[in-house]
Order: sequence, then structure tokens, then C-alpha cells
Amino acid sequence: MRLAGKGLIDRSTPVTFTFDGRSYQGYRGDTLASALLANDVRLVGRSFKYHRPRGILTAGSEEPNAMVEILEGNQQTPNVRATVQEVFDGLQARSQNRFPSLKFDLLGINNLAAPFLSAGFYYKTFMWPRPFWEKLYEPLIRRAAGLGSLSGRHDEAQYEKAWAFCDLLVIGSGPAGLMAAWTAAQAGADVILAEEDARMGGRLVSDNLRVDGQPGADWVEALLDDLKAMPNVRLMPRTTVTGAYDDGTYGALERVGLHRAPAPHLPRECFWRIVAGQTVLAAGALERPIAFPDNDRPGIMLASALRSYLHRYGVVPGNRITLIANNDAARATARDLMAAGVKVVAILDTRPDATALEDCPVYLNAQITGTAGHLGLTAITFRHAGGTATLETDCLAMSGGWNPTVHLTCHMNGRPLWREDIAAFIPAEGAVPRLTPAGACNGTFSTAGAFRDGLAAAHTALAALGRPAPDMALPMAEDAPYTITPFWQTPGVEGRQWLDFANDVTTKDVKLSAQENFRSVEHMKRYTTQGMAPDQGKNSNVAALAVLADATGRGIPQTGTTTFRPPFVPTSIAAMGAGGRGAGFAPQRFLTSDQASRDRGAPMIEAGLWYRPSYFPKPGEKTWLEACNREVTMVRESVGVSDVSTLGKIDIQGRDAARFLDLVYTNTFSTLPVGRVRYGLMLREDGHVLDDGTTARLAEHRYLMTTTTAAAGLVMRHLDFVHQAFCADWDVRFLSVTEAWAQFAIAGPRARDLLATLLGAAPDLPFMGVTDVSLGSTPARLFRISFSGEEGYELAVPTRYGEALFRDLVARAETMGGGPYGMEALNVLRIEKGFITHAEIHGRTTAFDIGMEKMVSAKKDCIGKAAAARPGMIGPDREQLVGLRASSAMTAGAHLFTPGDKVHRETDQGYITSVCWSPTLSAHLALAFVKDGRARHGTRIRVVDHLRKIDVLAEITDPVFHDKEGAKLRA
Amino acid sequence: MRLTCPLCGERDRREFYYYGSEDYLNRPAPDAAPQAWDDYLHNRDNPAGVTRDLWYHDMGCSSWLVVTRNTVTHDILAVEAVADRKGGAA
Amino acid sequence: MPELIAKSALAGHAPVTRLQTTLAEGSAAPITSVAPYPGRMDRVNAALAPLGLAFPAPNGQTRQGAARLIWTGRDQAFLIGAPAPDGLADHAALTDQTDGWAILTLTGPVAEATLMRPVPLDLRLGAFPPLRTVRAPLNHMQAILTRTAPDAFEIMVFRSMARTAWGELTEALEVLAARAQTA
Repeated sequence: MRLAGKGLIDRSTPVTFTFDGRSYQGYRGDTLASALLANDVRLVGRSFKYHRPRGILTAGSEEPNAMVEILEGNQQTPNVRATVQEVFDGLQARSQNRFPSLKFDLLGINNLAAPFLSAGFYYKTFMWPRPFWEKLYEPLIRRAAGLGSLSGRHDEAQYEKAWAFCDLLVIGSGPAGLMAAWTAAQAGADVILAEEDARMGGRLVSDNLRVDGQPGADWVEALLDDLKAMPNVRLMPRTTVTGAYDDGTYGALERVGLHRAPAPHLPRECFWRIVAGQTVLAAGALERPIAFPDNDRPGIMLASALRSYLHRYGVVPGNRITLIANNDAARATARDLMAAGVKVVAILDTRPDATALEDCPVYLNAQITGTAGHLGLTAITFRHAGGTATLETDCLAMSGGWNPTVHLTCHMNGRPLWREDIAAFIPAEGAVPRLTPAGACNGTFSTAGAFRDGLAAAHTALAALGRPAPDMALPMAEDAPYTITPFWQTPGVEGRQWLDFANDVTTKDVKLSAQENFRSVEHMKRYTTQGMAPDQGKNSNVAALAVLADATGRGIPQTGTTTFRPPFVPTSIAAMGAGGRGAGFAPQRFLTSDQASRDRGAPMIEAGLWYRPSYFPKPGEKTWLEACNREVTMVRESVGVSDVSTLGKIDIQGRDAARFLDLVYTNTFSTLPVGRVRYGLMLREDGHVLDDGTTARLAEHRYLMTTTTAAAGLVMRHLDFVHQAFCADWDVRFLSVTEAWAQFAIAGPRARDLLATLLGAAPDLPFMGVTDVSLGSTPARLFRISFSGEEGYELAVPTRYGEALFRDLVARAETMGGGPYGMEALNVLRIEKGFITHAEIHGRTTAFDIGMEKMVSAKKDCIGKAAAARPGMIGPDREQLVGLRASSAMTAGAHLFTPGDKVHRETDQGYITSVCWSPTLSAHLALAFVKDGRARHGTRIRVVDHLRKIDVLAEITDPVFHDKEGAKLRA
Repeated sequence: MRLTCPLCGERDRREFYYYGSEDYLNRPAPDAAPQAWDDYLHNRDNPAGVTRDLWYHDMGCSSWLVVTRNTVTHDILAVEAVADRKGGAA
Repeated sequence: MPELIAKSALAGHAPVTRLQTTLAEGSAAPITSVAPYPGRMDRVNAALAPLGLAFPAPNGQTRQGAARLIWTGRDQAFLIGAPAPDGLADHAALTDQTDGWAILTLTGPVAEATLMRPVPLDLRLGAFPPLRTVRAPLNHMQAILTRTAPDAFEIMVFRSMARTAWGELTEALEVLAARAQTA
């Protein structure tokens, strides 16, 4: 029911929303919870395990019951807390975990079966027979117990990630947070004030408080106006700080677009990483429920929530309200209600010694023994100092005291301390470096106390930041002491007393846990699932461990708490992974020939981050293999052009450049003549092959190293390490020039003819030579190297000319019966020639394995040399590189067995790394590693791939199938 | 976690590549006994407390760094460039 | 041999303006990497003196007229807008980088806020004043980032990644514009 004239909602802006298909009206400034209560909707959900009818318990993000699905186009967001979701025109919400409807839920049968479903039930009951667990029990349990559901469609919505830096981060905008932010802002510090709620002010806008003689909300509004005008203050409403991390880093989740209809490019949420010099934690406190039989009926809520609905939203959730408390909270709530003209049936004070003087009946030493009302509270039964009684009531507000919101102070291993006088945990000192707790989260519960705490925390932060503190007057506010007599549960009664509403855990479950010797608080948590629901035990932890402490005869400090871990509130993976959808966060690297290749219909494949053409289809070709075969034959018989710019290129200079290369390569580069190119092999320090490639000597003290595409970054890091760790004083400098040059392979018997048309004369360049050439006025470099086995050249130009050169080369090739070739053909050409890639040098192969042990120079040291000579790195037991030839297809990953042997792990002889159909040899070829393979050329081996149903015989051969003598290369 | 690169200044952990113990800096002589190489390559302490390990400022200046930090308290005690350390050069 | 036609990294990408802030392709040529050899800084500076430049401190730059020398990493700076002076190659490794980088400029009131999406750096004016040059990530790209004026930045990324950088910065601008509309 909405009260006229009360609340901070915008009554000039009514909004229409739906809940379970029915249309309701609320106002801008309402949450879904306040708007539903205003419409007298009390039943909003079904509980997780027993499908009990549940209503709204809180007015904040800790809500354990009122979780709904929000529908938005194709989107369906489950487990949205109705107490956080703001209403807007067109909002569609739906209750969850019920079938077929909220009021009539068939799975409510679970509730009747409750005696059998107590804590630990699943572990004990569904043990046997074993296969039933996966196939029967678990699916059944998952359907019955649960929360909301997903749409099953991709989340197409927008999310955002961002960084922020500040001198002072203030978490929470209640009196402590506002005071801290205001003080630091006055001192000139760069301040971020993050507030979970849409509206700043904390209890100042939810309670009937006065500050400096004004209503709290007005005072807050005036202060916020001042803060907004300051360039050094950033206000971040709707932003929950979710985690405290090392070195002043915080995670925070901002609800950017969840409170309004979607708009293009407007993110639903933004995940912030905030780096703060200092932090003031002013996160407030969370009120505790009290356990008594059937304390979970719709209509039973926290006293502080009731006050929030009353003062902030102008809503009262019942006509006949009763209160129960173990502290003074009920008194203030009752007075507020009566002042608003709401009927207060009675105050039940669990304390025997409190005053009974109020304008309504007060029962002392009161303990609720039962409640009634199927889908909503109708009555309570209780005992008290004077006997027992039953009262008709449709709303019961409870306060079991306050838990300071210490969560963030526990994120870095801090253990909170028990304070007996307030019966609550407070943050340990220095739990998070550079963070000062203030106000209610530090156990200071009065408004004036919060202001004092906030000011003091700001002083601490400013001193650490080296800024003088400004003179600030403390606002005048109530300073009532907080007195509490702990009361956790009604003793000695039948019936289920709920602790964890979200996970359906009762006091009995906790006692059972202790009885079964799961006495540690961490064991109890896992045994009962208490604290494992979306609210992470915010409503139940302290009460549960009080019950556990009682059951085990220990005190609360000895029992301790479970560990609070980030995130503080449920955080969507979509927000944390913003930018990762679709092409994702991996940069896309495009060749200069990209458009030219796509123009020819080439499908692109990813190679590292690069996009390279797979093949260039011609009219009439139906499969990639047809195109690939044609391109291979084209290179073998005329000329092909391929973009090889993706290979890593490193410019290495200095008087010690040669010496440096001799250290990182197994073979010697100091002896390489200027103008020549040499193949080089690089090892890791553990003796395995790191990478291979050609390196050209461009001048006496200048080399150009080539790396494989995949390992370009890895090699650069390795070179940096070797240089900085072992020879930082050498005269050597190197830098990647991969991006500076576009480089194209021109391969085939007519490659020289093609270059003759381009350069005006056939190049006179020996195999493994390099020279500077000019293309018009464009300087270029010509290498005579080959990865195909044919006479091959690579022509490099500054990148800006890449596209033009590629188009030119392809056009020239086509006049000669040639054309472009893609990655598929490139792979076949190299397999035919026995050239290795990272399929072969995959991190577990040595120079010996690939038949290159002679390339490890005996005359000098190099990285990896000592380790490569260790026992086990060389010899007949090693799997050695061989070729395989077969008449039917083989697969990479297939394992090899000696014909006649049983096929199992013990007889495994090796595995295949690369395969192709060779149009040149009309055979299926493979590169493989086989035990003692070099001694087995000419013998047969069995190829088995169970996964792809391959079982064929192949002949072991030399890995070089094509032109073993290299006559074509040197032509 | 934030590391203060001696050249670039304070940066978020994600800019750095983690390699392993600083032991990698103490490369044995080429003819050292296999045990020395084995220790160098594979054998590591795993202290709960102060540790020194190697990081690479991959997204920054390309410096290799020795980071002294406490694995229990998460304190970063020192960050030094590998190239600038005394007696580092071979 | 006809003359080859040059194409810039972001040819065909028209500037994008949102909230009075413009993303555009920039230009800078030539770019020469200057990497002094150990112990040769004095002679490097002597060789640079005719240009009115000195080797910059980390995260900084020196400039004179159209020429500038920006710090780009360990023992390395890029000389932009002027050819390498005579004698410099004797004391520093010089490498042409003109074609290696795509250059993007971001200018306007929300330039800093836009960059605070993909760049994990403190870009507040006090911490990152004009003429500061850093190596930094732009999401997962290695970038060279310079503040050219209080509301203007120059971003250099590997040329092959130009389209990704453009796309991500455009996206960040669009999001800020959408946020501003609903504020």
C-alpha cells in the first residue's frame, strides 16, 4: 500500500511494468520490490529447495528471496534481486522456480517431503547405484531445486569494462561515506564515491533522520549538489564495489542500463577496475533476521527494510504490523509507522529488561513459537513474560541486530574480530592495506558516530596521501547508543526455523551438522549449504554460526566465520568478460593482401592472430582439396605467389650481433658472408627446439632474423631474456620489423622469369642469397629462399606498398600459368619437401629428434646446448622425425604401432604430426615421430586413430619426399 | 597486483609476463656437471614468504625484471631490471 | 615496372566524431628507431644535437619544430619527422619503422574517458600530462601512447592491428555517447 505524500519517489513520473504477465504501476525511483509492495503483491518467489512461498525480506542487494527473471527481447536474466532492480516503463519481470504458477507450485511437494530432505540428505541417499547419480538423481534434483533459468540464446547485449584511478575511493554514501568524501574533496583529493544504490545517502534517505535540523534526504541532496560541482569528485551511483585486490585495486560493477529500456550502444553493466591511493570503506551494516518457526512467510521482513519502504518509497507492506527485535530498532520503526498512521499491533521485545512504554502494546521476553498463513502471513503465536498469545497480523518486521558489512576487509585474508558488546564482527585493523573502515561497517551505529568516523577516516587517508586535512564541522545528528541482547532462535519448539532463506537451511540442519561431527564452520557450510546461495550468507552467516557455537558448546569467537570472498554481489560473467564476445578481445591482424585475397574468394583462416588465405578457389572447383591440389601443381610446374608477411622479422645490429646470434642459435652465424642467408635452429635452455628460421646477413654488423609466425613473440621475449640476463653490455640491439615489411614468396620453376619481368632482368642471386633491389622508386629486398622445395624467392617492400605489389605479382604470375596459393597448398608443399613447422617442433622435440643434431655446433656454447646433451635427449629410444607414405588417408595425432603388436600404450611407437594428400607423388604423406625411426626407413608401421576410425599400414621413409638432392632449390 | 617497472612506473599485473624463479639468471658454465644444469633448469624452492622471480614487461618497455615479493603478505618489496643488476652481464 | 601505390594502414576509414571527440588516422613520417649502444649516450646526444633533440628520459620525449624523439622502451626511442642525422648510426642501431605502425589520433573532451576503457593506465591530466609518451596496452595490443595536448592523444599500434584498434576505440566512443544520452 502506498501512503500519500511520503517517500522520495518521483510521483510525477508513473511507470507501468509487468510481473508474471500482469501489469502494475509504480513510479520512477521505485525498485521492483517497492512497487510490488505498493501494489500489495507479497508473494514473489519460491524457495530454492522446498519451493516454499516467499516474499520480500530486505530492501537491498542482500535479498535472499525476491529473485526474479527479467525479460528483455531475447534476453532473460535470472536471479535479479527485486530489491535492486529499478522499475521503468516496459519492464517485464517474472517469478522463478515455480511450476506451473507462483501461487500453485507442484514442486511445493518438496516441502511436505522436508523431513527426508534435511541437510546432507543428498549425500547419504543418492549414493547408490553409482550410475544413477549422473543419469537420474542429479537431473531430477537440479530440476526440483533451483533458481531462475536462462534463455538458451546468446547474450547479444552490450557490456563494458573500464579503468579508474583516484586518490581516495569511498565505498558507500551513508553518513560515514559522505563525510569522508566531502572532507577529502575539500582537501583537494581526487575522490570517487561509489554507491550501490541508485540514490546516494544510505540510511539518511531510508530512515527518519535529521541532520543539522533538516530531514536527512534534504541534507544529502544539498551536499551532493556541492560534490557534483567539484571537478575532483566523481560520483558513481548504482556501482557496487565487488572485490578488494592487491595494491589498492578494486573491482566494481556498475548497473549502467539495467534501470531503463535498452538503447543502442548503451551497456547493461560496466565492470570497473578502480585503483585507489587510499580507500574508506563505509559499506554500512546489514540487519539480521531472527530464527523462529516458519519465519519465512511472505509478509515477514527486516525492520530496516520496512523503514526503507516507508521513508524512501512511501510504501507500507501491511495493514496490521507487528515487530520483533532484540534491540531498540523495533521501537523507532513502530514510532515511524504510527506517525504515518499505520496500525502497529504490538512490539515483541526478546529482552526481558527493556522498557514496555510505547504507544502500542509491548511484550517483553517475547519468543515467537509459530506463524500462520499459506501464501502470506496472517497470524503469529508467541510466548512472553506474561504467558502466550496469538495476534492477527499481516506484516512482521524483525531485527536481530546488525552485522557490519565487513566483506571487503576479508578479501585479502583478513579475519574479522568479534565484538561482544554489539554481538557482531568488525574488521580487523589493517585487514586491507590502505583501507580504513568507517561507520556502521566498523561497528559505529549512530548517525553522529558515523559522521565522526567518516571524518576520522578521511583524516587518516589524507595524512597517508600527504594532504593537509581541512577544517570541517561535524553535522549534528542523533547519537543514540546501540544496545543489544543477542537472541538467535526460539529455543525448545517444534517447527523449522529458517536461517538461510536463499538455500533453505534451518537451525535444525546446523545442529544436525554439529551432531554428525561437521563442527568446523567451514564443514558446516558445506554440509548444510548455508551461505552458498546468491546472498552468500549475508542474512544468515552470523546467526548460523551462533547456532553452531551453541550446538558445539563453543563461543562465537572460537567458532569463527567462513571466509568472505569476492565478488560481494553476484556479478555477471558478461560484464567481467566485456569485449570478449564474437571476434573477442584478441586483436585481428590483417595482411596488406587481405582485401585482394578476399576479392578472389579466398576463405581466411586464423594463424596466430593473423588472417591468412586458405586457398583461392577457381570456378568449377567444388572442394578445398581441388583448389589446393591445383595450387600445389601450379607451384611445382610454373609459379605461385603467397603472402608470407606473417613470419617474424627481427633487425639485429651491433658489433656483437654475430656473437649474439652464435649464442642463441645452435649453428654459427659469425661466419655467414654478407649477402647470404642461413637456416638457423634455436633451442630453449632445456635443450628442446624453440624455433627455426632463416637469418640473413645484411651488413657486417647487421642481420635480419626470421622466425615462424607462431613463435614471433616468443622468440622476441627469449632474445630479450638472453640479452638482458647474460650479455646486457654487449654491443647489440634488436627490434621487430615484422610490421614494417610486406613480404611475398614467389616459388616455382618460372619464379625467375616472373622476377625478370618485374625487375627488368632475371635476378642473379645464388640459393640462400639476399640483395637490395628497386621496384620503380620503391626500395625492396630480394631473398632467394624456399619453403616449397622449388626455386623460390621472397620479395619484401615497405608495408604501405604491400597490397599493390601483391596484386602486381599475382597478375604477372597469371600470365605465366601461375597464380596465388594459400595456406593449404603451402602446407602440402612443405610436407612434400619434409620442412618442419611448429606441428613438429611442438616443444618436446630436440635437434636430434628432427635429425639436426649436426647443427649444434661443437665449437661454441649456445643456449640449450648443455641440456640437449643430457642422457635421454639423444639415442635410439627417442622418437625421430620420419616420413610416412600410405595409399589411404592418415591423420595428424594418429599413433603408430609395429604391425603384429597389440595396440595399446605400452607398444606405442610414435605419432603423426602432419598429413597431406600429395598431388605431386599421388600418395598420402605424413610427417611423424617414430622410435628409432631413422633406422626403420623402408619398414612398415601401423597407423591407428581410434577417434577418427583410421587403421592403415604406411611405409616409413625419409622425411624429404620431393627432390631429396635439392637440385630444384639450387637451379 | 601492481608492479612498479623501473622504467615505465607503476603498472597493472596484466602488462607483465611471469617466467619463474630468478634462478634462471644463474646459468651454469657450459661444462658444468649435469647436476648443476638439472638444478638450474628444474629444481626450485617454493617459499611461503619472500621470493624473487622473473617478470617480463611484455606490454611495456620489454624489460626483464627481478621482483622481490612476499607470497604470504603480497607485499612487493623491490622491482629491479635484470640488465641493470650488479654483476649481471656475462 | 610501374610505380607501386602506397596505402595507409587505415585507408578508407573516415574520422568518427562523438561528443565533440574525434577519432582519426594520423600520420608521422619518417619513423626511425634509435637504440643507443651501451655507454654511447653522450655521443648519441652529440649526434642528435644538430636536430635540437636529446635522447628522451623514459616516458618522455624531446621535440624541436617538426622533429621529435619519443621514448618507446628499453634503450629505444623513435625519431619522428626528421631523417636520422649523420653519425648517429655509429653509436646507435637505427631501424626504419615508418611502415610498422598505424597512427590514430583521439581529440576532444572525452578522449581521456574513451581511453580509460581499453588502457589500464592512470591517464588523469596530473599523472599523464601533455608530451608524456608511454608503452602501454590498448586492450590486448601493444601500443605507444602520447598525450599531445590536454584533450588529445596519439596512439600507435602495430600496423596489422589498425582495424582492431580503430574498432575498439570507436566502440568506446559509441558507448560514452550512449551513456551521455541517458544521463
